[in-house]
Amino acid sequence: ASTLIIAEPAGENEVAASTLATITAAQKLHSGPITLLTNKALDASSLPSSVSKVIHTDQPLEYHALAESIANSVKKAQDAHKFTHILAPASKFGSNVLPRAAAVLDCSPITDVVEVLSEDTFVRPIYAGNALAKVQATQETKVLSMRATAFEKADADGSPNVENEALSDVEQQSLTDFVSANVSKSDRPDLSSASVVISGGRGMKNGENFAMLETLADKLGGAVGASRAAVDAGFVPNDLQVGQTGKVVAPELYIAVGISGAIQHLSGMKDSKTIVAINNDPEAPIMQVADYALNQDLFKAIPELTEKV
Amino acid sequence: MKILVGVKRVVDYAVKVRVGANGVELKNVKMSMNPFCEIATEAAVRLKENKAANVSEVVAVSVGPKQCQDTLRTALAMGCDRAIHVKTDLRGDYMELQSDSVAKIFQKIVEEKEQNTDLVLLGKQSIDSDCGQVGPMLAGFLNYPQATFAANIDLDGDGLKVERETDSGTETIKIPSLPAVITCDLRLNEPRYATLPNIMKAKKKKIDTIDANDLGVDLTAKNKVLEVYEPPPRKEGIVVEDVDELIAKLKNEAGLLQ
Repeated sequence: ASTLIIAEPAGENEVAASTLATITAAQKLHSGPITLLTNKALDASSLPSSVSKVIHTDQPLEYHALAESIANSVKKAQDAHKFTHILAPASKFGSNVLPRAAAVLDCSPITDVVEVLSEDTFVRPIYAGNALAKVQATQETKVLSMRATAFEKADADGSPNVENEALSDVEQQSLTDFVSANVSKSDRPDLSSASVVISGGRGMKNGENFAMLETLADKLGGAVGASRAAVDAGFVPNDLQVGQTGKVVAPELYIAVGISGAIQHLSGMKDSKTIVAINNDPEAPIMQVADYALNQDLFKAIPELTEKV
Repeated sequence: MKILVGVKRVVDYAVKVRVGANGVELKNVKMSMNPFCEIATEAAVRLKENKAANVSEVVAVSVGPKQCQDTLRTALAMGCDRAIHVKTDLRGDYMELQSDSVAKIFQKIVEEKEQNTDLVLLGKQSIDSDCGQVGPMLAGFLNYPQATFAANIDLDGDGLKVERETDSGTETIKIPSLPAVITCDLRLNEPRYATLPNIMKAKKKKIDTIDANDLGVDLTAKNKVLEVYEPPPRKEGIVVEDVDELIAKLKNEAGLLQ
């Protein structure tokens, strides 16, 4: 058995956190070799010891990340190496490229795997995580995307021996062109991998009030998230959304502030280790899933909490 | 421009599902159009209303049991011109009919029944199976350009410019020429409600029915669902009286904030 992992685009000689989690997931499949597909060669020192090979396309990052382009690269690599498993993180990047790559290989993919039971049997959530499906892949090549929060990040402790292999004759054109990226900049930890997440909902009333949550987040070394209601109301940008259709987070501590807790939001955070809900409605669904529910006005509770922690 | 839009009938988003012996219980449960398919339908109808897009017709397609006709009527009431019902009694919520088969059904329709389709608009995922696969798989099967998670669609020469959601914000990509496949994300638009006159008008619009077995597509699930179960419940939480008690619990019980 052998695995190819489509690495999430990352900075020079870096491996993205979601790729490190996917490497851990790959180690649970079998003991065969793990290969990364990247746009550039990587130093052995930046890789976990379980990675033995890097196949790189030598293309600009933006181009490499286009689904049409990467699906062709995966096909080329697969034709040459016949991997038994092809993996990607279940991030927006992986969700864009993996099903297309699977189609090009005529494989039926299994997306958003949260548990590996064997080489061919996996668990994935359905119905916003209100049910879990145990599913067995029957095809020879297994194409899977792995939920990053369900697997520990592999240590980038340095690989003893990495072979960098250039993928030859990759088509130098895609059916789409990259135009521009609009990236929200933040000095806080990444929402998907932060150990503390403080999320605000409609109860925050406006975008300015999120500054309160930012102050608390900075004190706790955490990230700020939001419910769909807060994003839809225009309080904060879309990349802060936690939920079925936003980001899935599973921090040590999740503090839900002024969030009612629709099913769709709960599915994005209910695997958090400790959940705190601060809401002035004791009947809000979020209060039922919280480990600690504080029934109080958030505009009183948050400043007090910020001062005392 | 001819547009095909996919609409899936799913358990209504507000229903708290129950897990039975054969997967999630579907009996006597409220069903609705998948919310992301509503967004795709709205996007199609808005393109039609934009004279510059020069849309000739919008065809709604649904794969599933006979009740999908209700879902198609909703799409027609929102402004689609006609509809195709691909009939199958296989469960579409991951249990039996899976995304690769659905993508192949759409491929057949584009290649054999609705040639000259310029744009396929789909939701980014359905809220039952949560797969998010049909769009990019269909684009892969057809070798069409794809834009997933669309937050904005603009006409751009002979093609389209699409702003798409990413994990760090958004990015804009260009589709130089059609045909193409686009999947729609939450913030692309707010779907309209069908008005009563439009619901009445929709009753006269045409729905063609095709038996899924007649399309020459392998409908068997390649990924076998062995078991469906409820996630383990979280342990019961407690109500704290004030911030001081909350901090004390977080420190002493949860071992946090040290």
